[in-house]
Amino acid sequence: MIRAAASAWLALLVAVPLLVVGVIAFAVPDQGLPPFRLPIVEGRWVGGNESWGVLTADDFYLAALLRSLIVAGATAGLCLALAYPMALGMLCLAPARRPLALAMVVLPLCIGFVLRMAAWVGLLRDSGPLNQALLAMGVISAPIQLLYSTTGLLLGMVHSYLPLALLPLYAALAARDVRLEEAAADLGAGPFTVFRSITLPGSVQAAGAAFLLVFIPAAGEFVIPALLGAPDALLAGGAIWQEFFTARDWPLAAAASIALLTALLPPLLLWQRLGQRG
Amino acid sequence: MSRVVLWLGLGFLWAPVLLMAGFAFSDARQPFVWGGFSWRWFVALAGNERLLEAAALSVLVAAGAATLAVLAGGAMGWVLARQGAFRGRAVFGALAAAPLVLPEVVSGLALLLLFVALERLTGWPEGRGVLTLLLAHASLGAAYVAVVVQGRVAGMGPLLEEAAADLGANAATVFRTITLPLITPSLVAGWGLAFLLSFDDVVLASFTSGPGATTLPLLLFSQLRMGATPEAHALAVVMLGLAGAGLCLWQFWRRRRLPVGA
Repeated sequence: MIRAAASAWLALLVAVPLLVVGVIAFAVPDQGLPPFRLPIVEGRWVGGNESWGVLTADDFYLAALLRSLIVAGATAGLCLALAYPMALGMLCLAPARRPLALAMVVLPLCIGFVLRMAAWVGLLRDSGPLNQALLAMGVISAPIQLLYSTTGLLLGMVHSYLPLALLPLYAALAARDVRLEEAAADLGAGPFTVFRSITLPGSVQAAGAAFLLVFIPAAGEFVIPALLGAPDALLAGGAIWQEFFTARDWPLAAAASIALLTALLPPLLLWQRLGQRG
Repeated sequence: MSRVVLWLGLGFLWAPVLLMAGFAFSDARQPFVWGGFSWRWFVALAGNERLLEAAALSVLVAAGAATLAVLAGGAMGWVLARQGAFRGRAVFGALAAAPLVLPEVVSGLALLLLFVALERLTGWPEGRGVLTLLLAHASLGAAYVAVVVQGRVAGMGPLLEEAAADLGANAATVFRTITLPLITPSLVAGWGLAFLLSFDDVVLASFTSGPGATTLPLLLFSQLRMGATPEAHALAVVMLGLAGAGLCLWQFWRRRRLPVGA
């Protein structure tokens, strides 16, 4: 009974919506609301491939998808590079102080995602505190454009996704067997050798999972690029958003969603495998 | 080395937040400009009815969605942990985890298209608003609750429940006296997680909410695209204060429940 109820919930709110996206991707755009003609009328298939033609007509959408994957890769790499030593640093603290450190990671999230991005918008403006400080220190002679640039975008992305990489890495590293490292040190290995031969190999899977956990949602991110990124460098999430809200081409938005999901399928499957073994 | 990075990372996480909070006390009309000390943006915030209404709606939607998510996600987690290898378990598991990894734009679009298709076929839901938003947030939250509850149920093992059943308790009594008290912490944690996800969401709300159902993040996002107001700074201070107070309360509650050494 419980299984039936849970299955019905999943069917209605997860499976059917995705199927509907798959169907609408083959619908023909039309005036009115909703702005398309259903591809199935009285059991007959009357859909078209127009949306897929538009998607592949030139490299406009392909470039957006590629840019998204690059931005997501850079975000995930930077998050991992920061989160891994941060997690180790937290585990160097006395056990009684670790909850406080975790709270210090989570607390800045509490002002909310939009306000955190508002903080970055204010900080990165040409007249904002960051440019003012750099000017005052004499590092730069004129304000540099940080807002609406790739730098600004990556700062916002890493700020937003860092806890997502940090928390599971912390949990994985906390569960490791410290005795192995102690044994290696007793046998004469230096701190770097211990790290390279024991700590790192033991946590590669967790690190890979943390990378993918950031990479996958970052590839479809819309809000942060819209607020901080360069307006001419369209990303996949922004393309779907624009087709849906601005161009009102729902079939094209659906087709672009399927293209994005297809691109994310390999990292998704990899993440699932890492999760099962880890 | 790792300690240095820890401090650098915490500094990176905190710097924009603290700066934003600091400039909330600035008299200047522009955000992030210092114009002398003033409380005026807190006064302005308290008088901003649109923002307060949006905040109230956000709390309401988040509480409702979290409650729905606990019911659905709790059932999902229990099924995944206890029902063994039933037919279709792989599909069930994949669907339960899908909202965790689907890009938000795709989930939002998919749910919106579902609501539009449903309205076409059955006349329900009429348009988009609080109800559709609630369902969208609940479907996301349920996926997180399922993970937490599944871990808890799998971790506690079936022994206590079997013992109760052996001693003559029927299924309902076993659930009420054994299962429910044991999984309550995970239900509470899942509820909190689902609440925060809903309270922070822009993308799903943009797709599935309608006119008259503007949540706080939606309002702030549209204002930010026009150019933020310093009232947002004051709001950041209030949120930080609330979260800090919540954290202290939680610490206090934990200390009382877990005596020293436990």
